Amino acid sequence: MYEFFDLTLSVFASTIRLAIPLILAAMAGMMSERSGIVNVGLEGKMLMAAFAAAATAAVTNDAWVGLAAGIMVSVLLSLLHGVACITYNGNQVVSGMAINILAAGLAPTLANAWFNRGGQTPMLSADGRHTAIHLPGIETVGDIPVIGDVYRLLISGHNMLVYIAILTPFIVAWILYATRFGLRLRAAGENPHALDTAGVSVSSIRYRAQIGCGILCGIAGAYLATAQSAAFSQNMTAGRGYLALAALIFGRWRPKPTLLACFLFAFTDAVQIRLQGTVIPGIGIIPVQMIQALPYLLTILLLAGFIGKSEAPKAIGLPFVKDR
Amino acid sequence: MIETQQPAAIEFVHVSKRFGMVQANSDINLLIRQGSIHGIVGENGAGKSTLMNILYGYYQADSGDIKLLGKNVHIENSQQAIALGIGMVHQHFMLVEKFTVMENIILGSEKTWRNKTAMQNARSILDNLSQKYGMSINPEALIENLPVGLQQRVEILKALYRGAEILILDEPTSVLTPQEVQHFFSILRTLRDAGKTVVLITHKLHEIMAVTDHVTVMRQGKIIDTILTATTSKEQLAEMMVGRRLTTHWQRQKTHQPAPLLEVKKLSLFGPDKRPILDNINLTVNRGEILGVAGVSGNGQSQLLEVLSGMRSYHEGEILLGGRQLKKLLSRHRPTQSARQLLVSHIPEDRLGVGLVKNFKAWESGILGYHYKPPLSKAGFIKKKNSLNHFATIAQDYDVRPPNAFLKTSSFSGGNQQKLVIGRELEENPDLLLIGQPTRGVDVGAIEFIHRRLIELRDAGKALLLVSAELDEILTLADRIVVMFDGKIVGVLPRHQASETKIGLLMAGVVEEIRETLSEAGIDH
Amino acid sequence: MRIHHKIDLPGWMEYLLIPLLNLLLAFLLTSIVVFYAGENPFDVFASLFQGALGTVDGTGYTLYYATNFIFTGLAVAIAFHGGLFNIGGEGQAYIAGVGVLLACFWLDQFSWWVVLPAAMLSAAVFGGLWAFIPGWLQAKRGSHVVITTIMFNYLAAALINYLLVDVLIAPNQQSPQSQAIASDQHLPLLRDMLGFFGVESRFSPLNISFFLALFACFVFWLLVWKSKFGYELRVIEQGEKVAKYAGIPPARLVMTVMVISGIFASMVAINVIMGEQHRLIIEYTNGAGFVGIAVALMGRNHPVGIIAAAILFGALYQGGSELAFDFPGLSRDMIVVIQGLVVLFCGAMENIFKPSLARLVIYLRRQKGV
Repeated sequence: MYEFFDLTLSVFASTIRLAIPLILAAMAGMMSERSGIVNVGLEGKMLMAAFAAAATAAVTNDAWVGLAAGIMVSVLLSLLHGVACITYNGNQVVSGMAINILAAGLAPTLANAWFNRGGQTPMLSADGRHTAIHLPGIETVGDIPVIGDVYRLLISGHNMLVYIAILTPFIVAWILYATRFGLRLRAAGENPHALDTAGVSVSSIRYRAQIGCGILCGIAGAYLATAQSAAFSQNMTAGRGYLALAALIFGRWRPKPTLLACFLFAFTDAVQIRLQGTVIPGIGIIPVQMIQALPYLLTILLLAGFIGKSEAPKAIGLPFVKDR
Repeated sequence: MIETQQPAAIEFVHVSKRFGMVQANSDINLLIRQGSIHGIVGENGAGKSTLMNILYGYYQADSGDIKLLGKNVHIENSQQAIALGIGMVHQHFMLVEKFTVMENIILGSEKTWRNKTAMQNARSILDNLSQKYGMSINPEALIENLPVGLQQRVEILKALYRGAEILILDEPTSVLTPQEVQHFFSILRTLRDAGKTVVLITHKLHEIMAVTDHVTVMRQGKIIDTILTATTSKEQLAEMMVGRRLTTHWQRQKTHQPAPLLEVKKLSLFGPDKRPILDNINLTVNRGEILGVAGVSGNGQSQLLEVLSGMRSYHEGEILLGGRQLKKLLSRHRPTQSARQLLVSHIPEDRLGVGLVKNFKAWESGILGYHYKPPLSKAGFIKKKNSLNHFATIAQDYDVRPPNAFLKTSSFSGGNQQKLVIGRELEENPDLLLIGQPTRGVDVGAIEFIHRRLIELRDAGKALLLVSAELDEILTLADRIVVMFDGKIVGVLPRHQASETKIGLLMAGVVEEIRETLSEAGIDH
Repeated sequence: MRIHHKIDLPGWMEYLLIPLLNLLLAFLLTSIVVFYAGENPFDVFASLFQGALGTVDGTGYTLYYATNFIFTGLAVAIAFHGGLFNIGGEGQAYIAGVGVLLACFWLDQFSWWVVLPAAMLSAAVFGGLWAFIPGWLQAKRGSHVVITTIMFNYLAAALINYLLVDVLIAPNQQSPQSQAIASDQHLPLLRDMLGFFGVESRFSPLNISFFLALFACFVFWLLVWKSKFGYELRVIEQGEKVAKYAGIPPARLVMTVMVISGIFASMVAINVIMGEQHRLIIEYTNGAGFVGIAVALMGRNHPVGIIAAAILFGALYQGGSELAFDFPGLSRDMIVVIQGLVVLFCGAMENIFKPSLARLVIYLRRQKGV
């Protein structure tokens, strides 16, 4: 019984850790897509941010400077996406893919040139990483059975970025629904002509949404390279940008359902890691590759079982051209 | 009536604008007086909308000046226009459908960063405006749940909320029933009497006559004249608009014994939310007759056309073509193709999005829907030479200009695109012709041509079903008229008993009293 | 009413000048990256060029890579003509590798000219099926093909890794690769034919698949611009409604074009497995599916453009593979940077130069008119 409780707790704890980059990336996607810009480039932005954060943290030995660098690079890529999609009315999916390919080439190229470690960055010391914070009262509460374990393993003991990420959906929801910027951002995604004739520049709103998207992707990337791991390695995003996008679609472009979808994906991932090498009665050991494919398979099944067209922001993917 | 000596609200002085090779406005001089309703009429492409869009800061004039209350102004964007007290209600509403009325009203003029505060502040202003101009509205309602008439009201309130003194209305009545139009006009008069300047862009001459004080006629980017409405007539305006006299009444042969070709019985179609889109439709189209389907857009007419042409399947009821079940005659995967083989042709409402392929060369669009048929295609390959000949025939018979087979479809004017579609479909000599909005966005010359062709077809004994949002068009062409409202047929009238008022009431869903008058007249519904 | 919407640029501008300008821009930005990587861009590009086209072997390799990229470029392009973005060429080609392998093993006593058609068919079935499922999901369930094809790439990788590690792995082999196919089944190399003419080439794996690729281009052209299928495909690009109006079943067509797209991508397996590696090696596709995106966009979805763009990328890949020897700071990943920039400029930012060129054209026409 206690063993099972322990197992559940540790799966939940790793669910939280695995959910963090998904949540941040999905919320980044939300900022962009609710403003009407499709964002397939979350993957690439995270990857470049991961590299920038790890490289900077390695040189400065400061995790926060690394974070700032990650955010900066990711924002720059978002603006590039903006130039293609907003200023030049380009195909938004193609632009997103371009950013993914660009990042997949640029990050290892620069890593190689600057650190010469086969496309990796140097291992970070403790200062260069975002390390676990112990919340107050851990000594006293930590010893109480059940509650103490929950507090120690699930609530306390994460790094700062985890707490930031958990807050993000609520902040994004607040921005979208309670502020002027959010009202205009949603209008840009639903009917940009309405916004334009109301005297607000659609481009400026969409660019600002891109910046917001870049900031969140930047944090996500920094989390991967300077919190979850201690260095940048090639392809370390491993499709998380696409999973986040799927979570966003499955969450119908709304903060709370999207958050839940991210946890669902992270949970499968956590279970997947648990399952590796375990003998399942009657089946035996499931090949590791099959288990690793679980999140991708889940994504396909969820998307197939879900008709999401009517829920998407109406003007999504369409360049805003004034005359009709 | 207002005095002509009112000061000028707006003055255009030598304004010109050109798009690429097209001169949209040339040397416009126009004076619009304060506190008046000023109509601007002209055909499609006459330059009315361009001129107003220049005023609203959408485009910049290439040359010339705009004066507001005597002062030269330079309007670079709609923000500046709004600040100068100019408001515009577009033909396609500029509303966010997923937002509430209130959210739409404050959008862009929130004045504070918190939505809650912004909406609280706006509330009293809105209540005030609603009361003053007799335009009540529920601020919490979602736009997508409001009827179009109320959506338009939101648009006007939006402009007034922003402090508009000058209100530009671009084709505002195209989505309204005749009764709604009357109410709308009374709102315009209230606005005028409160000192606002109203500019009304339209192509409907009777509206100009009904509500405006002054009228300006435009043709080919130029102003023909500006006159007092009281001193002119519809006929005179029409001549000025087109530059020549037009035939509006057509000679037609008498119909013989009615011989039904298309019979629709208890037809129903449901939306994804199980609500009926088409609700128990019964109708008959006879040979040698044009059946007009009237109604405000969006009451199921489009879906009716799609069902009858085979583009869409239906849920209940039956459709008989020449007495045979249509469903059994259509192939499962290519229903519209088999409908064409049964000599059913369809001229769709959205000609550039559905009837033609924008990026295709003209000859490629000219075989759309018949591209599988010899001699246009053989053994799985398109026969280019035969297709080119086909296009040449259409272009000659239906006056498609320019008759250049290699020009991109989207490069043709609206009227010529429509002639290409009509030519392609009529070239097959169909027995049943389904037509949606045949003259929307088409210039007057082409309208005349198209109407003549449709009458000829009718006289040749073909059956025609005509869906149009233009009541005038229905009244000109149809032998019998059915009116659709909310997916139902709410009335059937022979033409000689149809009047704009009667149809208008039906279009608005006011059915009961009409039923009575109909039964009094001995017409079976 | 916008100027550049109304004006059709002359063909040579649209299909030659604009891609070249975009390419130039991509190279310019890459030079900056190279500079920041601590190398001299001119030296690097000179070395790339030398490595790609400086020797007969280099050229052979260039064309060998180009063969792959023609196939994947055609795969992406045909889907584009139907308004679909197939990012799954990588996975489709990867899965097709199993098909080729099985055909070769099954017909192991026959020589290459018997096996080739069977292997092509088998590759087409495997790769086509792998593309059909996302196509089906798009057509029937509305799941966006971009996301599903990406997911199918990951699934393909997982599946084949499993097969190579646990099932197909050659006995006594440490690294995950299959048994070799019979040497009789190796496709004829062009270097052997060239040797007949006295041209010396010792290593180049360029094989007859190259001609297969050229033939595929011809088929593509027939299919898209001459056939009824292509006509209907290009109608679909405008949307479902016009297709239904014209009597075209949209769902069927979407699924068909995805299968055809998958088949084009599958031919990569013929070139690599029967032509060069003679076995299935882990991650043998090496990004060819993604290069196809850049090739299709730069080649403007036209076979002639695709051949040109594929040769360019073949040259970059070949030149890039030897880059690390001359420039320790650089790796082949640099080529991926160029690839990303080409997709960006030729695909998403194709409108950078268009408005100014349109203005130029209008100006010139007016001058002529006056």
